[in-house]
Amino acid sequence: MQHQALVSTRKGLFELTRENNVWSIGHAHFLGDPVTMTLFDHRDGSQYAALNLGHFGVKLHRRDAGSDQWTEIAVPIYPPQPEDRKDEPAWKLNLIWSLACGGADQPGVLWAGTLPGGLFRSTNRGDNWELVQSLWDVPERKQWAGGGYDTPGIHSICIDPRDSKQMLIGVSSGGVWISSDGGESWTLRAKGMRADYMPPEHAEDGEIQDPHRIVQCAGTPDVFWCQHHNGIWRTANGGIYWDRIKPQKPDISDFGFAVAVHPRDPDCAWFVPANADQQRIPTDGALTVTRTHDGGKSFEVLRSGLPQQHCYDLIYRHGLAVADDGKTLLMASTTGSLWTSANGGDDWQQVSANLPPIYALQFV
Amino acid sequence: MAKLVFTQQLRRFTEVPEIETAAADLRAALEDAYRVNPRLRGYIQDEQGHLRQHVAVFIDGLRIHDRIQLNDLISANSTVHVLQALSGG
Repeated sequence: MQHQALVSTRKGLFELTRENNVWSIGHAHFLGDPVTMTLFDHRDGSQYAALNLGHFGVKLHRRDAGSDQWTEIAVPIYPPQPEDRKDEPAWKLNLIWSLACGGADQPGVLWAGTLPGGLFRSTNRGDNWELVQSLWDVPERKQWAGGGYDTPGIHSICIDPRDSKQMLIGVSSGGVWISSDGGESWTLRAKGMRADYMPPEHAEDGEIQDPHRIVQCAGTPDVFWCQHHNGIWRTANGGIYWDRIKPQKPDISDFGFAVAVHPRDPDCAWFVPANADQQRIPTDGALTVTRTHDGGKSFEVLRSGLPQQHCYDLIYRHGLAVADDGKTLLMASTTGSLWTSANGGDDWQQVSANLPPIYALQFV
Repeated sequence: MAKLVFTQQLRRFTEVPEIETAAADLRAALEDAYRVNPRLRGYIQDEQGHLRQHVAVFIDGLRIHDRIQLNDLISANSTVHVLQALSGG
C-alpha cells in the first residue's frame, strides 16, 4: 500500500504522508517556486521535480532514493528554429507538462511531454534529453493548437507495461498518437472522437482533437480512458477506435479535465465534472466525483465529504490519482484544496483548503 | 573593464559570478560569465539564444530593447545589470 505522495503546486512541492489512514502534509521543497510536475521512478526510487521559474525558465531537479538533496539536471532543449519555420510558435521550452518512466526493461529511460508540443526522451535519468524528432516532424503538427495554454502541449504519456516500445501520448490540442517502436514512428489514433469547437467539416479530424487527459489500465493495457474537451471516450483496442461514453443521467456533466482508471479493473474509472466548457465550476457549486464500474454504461455520483455549497474548485488534468490498491484516491484543485478517499471515492476527507494552486499529484 | 552585475535573486538557484569583461557587446560579455558558470546560461537565455522574456538588462542605466541579437555595445567603463523583470511575477 502506498503511504506517500507528492503534490506539485504553484508555490512548491509538498510531501504527503499517510499514518493510520490519515493523510497529512509533510516536508516542503522549492518553497515559493512553481513546480509543474513530479515523477516517482518506481524502478530505482528516484524522484524528479519540474519547475517553471517565472523569470529564469524551466528547470528540472532529481533526488536519488534515500537522499535529502535535490540536484539540478538538464532540461529538454528545442533545436534551433529554422528561418522557414518562424511562423510556428517559438521552439522554446515553455513547460514540462508530463513526465513518465520508461519500461521496467529500460532503466534510466524517461519521457517528458512539453509545451510547445515536443516529446523528449532521456536514456540517463535526465542527464541529457533528446527531442523525439519523428513526432515533431509529423505533418499534422501544423494543425495542432493550444489547449489551455497558448501553444500545444503533451500532457499524457502511457507506456505499455507489456511492451515498453508501445506508447500512447495525448496532445492538447493535437489528438492521440501511438508508437509501436519506442517513438521511431507515430500513428494518429483519435478515430471516434469529435470536436464540437471546430467547424463541422473538421469535427472528426484526428489531429485537432483535445483529449484533456488519457490514462491506461495497467492490468488491461489495451483499455484507455479519455476525458476530452467534448466529453468522455474509452477505447478497448489500444486506440484503434474510441467509443463515446455518455452519462445516462442528464444532470451529470461530461465536461472536465481529470480521469483516473483502476489499475486492474478496466471498467472502473473516475471523473471530476465541471458544469460546462463555458462554466468551469462544479454544477450548482457542489463538488462531485463520478465513477463507473461497468465501462461507462452507468455512473455513480459521489459527494460524501465533498463541499456541497459555494464550491468553485476545478480539478485540472493531473489533479486526480488512484493508488495501486485501486481504492485510495487523491484529488486536488486549482484553488488549493486537497482531498483523499480510502474507499474508492465513496467518502472523502479534506486534507487542506489552503494549499497553493495544485498542478499535479503523484503517489510514491 | 566593464562590470557585469547579476541580480542576487539568482543566488537561490546557481552561483552568480562577479565579472569584469573586455567584451565589446552584451552577448560577448554574457559569454564571459558563462565561462565561469556554464549553468547560468539557461537562466538568462533560452535555447534559441534569446534573452529570456522576463529577464531585464540595463547598460549604464538604460534598458536594452533588442532581446535577440544582444549586440548592444558596451564600453570599458560600462556597468551592465542583469535583473529580473517584474513582468515575470
